[in-house]
Amino acid sequence: MAVARLRNLFAVVMLSGIYSLLMAGIFVSLDAVDVAFTEAAVGAGISTVLMLATLYLTKSREKIPVHKPLLPLAVVLVTGGALIYSTLGMPEFGDPDAPINGHVAPRYINEMPNEIDIPNIVTAVLASYRGYDTLGEVTVIFTAGLGVMLLLGGRRRSATDKDEDGE
Amino acid sequence: MRHHLVLRVIAKLLIPFILLFALYVQFHGDFGPGGGFQAGVIFAAGFILYSLIFGRKNALKVVPPGVLASGVAAGVLLFAGVGVASLLLGGNYLDYGVLRTDPVAGQHLGILLVELGVGITVAAVMMTLFFHFTGRDPDRSRSRRR
Repeated sequence: MAVARLRNLFAVVMLSGIYSLLMAGIFVSLDAVDVAFTEAAVGAGISTVLMLATLYLTKSREKIPVHKPLLPLAVVLVTGGALIYSTLGMPEFGDPDAPINGHVAPRYINEMPNEIDIPNIVTAVLASYRGYDTLGEVTVIFTAGLGVMLLLGGRRRSATDKDEDGE
Repeated sequence: MRHHLVLRVIAKLLIPFILLFALYVQFHGDFGPGGGFQAGVIFAAGFILYSLIFGRKNALKVVPPGVLASGVAAGVLLFAGVGVASLLLGGNYLDYGVLRTDPVAGQHLGILLVELGVGITVAAVMMTLFFHFTGRDPDRSRSRRR
């Protein structure tokens, strides 16, 4: 709530960092250590630093919006209500009969010691069984880096070129 | 940043351990929590801390932009290259079992290389983002926008 209400973006960045850290704690308590690790490193660490770097480039106060927030609020409320309604149909947490536990997960857990034999099953699924997905994720990160390089790096060089021409 | 003596000393103490921890997360990902994504981010965080304390110029001396740019590409190429290698050795794409005569050892090797590729790309992209964001002059970008 505070994140949505605050106009000081510096405080917003800090609060979202704290939120990420709390989420990491929740993931640990749900026994998802790998996810928690990622959330702590990426969400609480790097994202906060990058947001601060962005604030350094822009102003640190949000502008007062000129339009009424009623329509966006209605959209958000309807979507959120639909999502919450749909969670009512989900299986109980940790239910062994849930669809997710009956699909490929038993095969991963039963065959992994014979096929790959590494202690961390998350790494086995991530890098081997779901290698395509991970390759796609890395390509997404690659593309993001490329985009930033082209957008920010290229423009900066042309700006300095112009300055050199002017001098 | 001449005056922050405490910050400088503590950062100098911490950075080697951050980088070491990143490498541990990278290569111990098979046994404990962790892997390429987390290790890359932690590795980049070490360099970002260095850049914050000792200035962007000194950090860019350690990792020149050319190295970063080639690192961004090298990680993806390593990942895809492992896939192509397993294709050439007669398996399916990204089927690491054929990399060695023993399929399990091949899986180990494949996962290690793939995670390394992920780590290199993630670390390079994170540092690239940071250096590009901090490299812009805020006054100039503001005046250009007007």
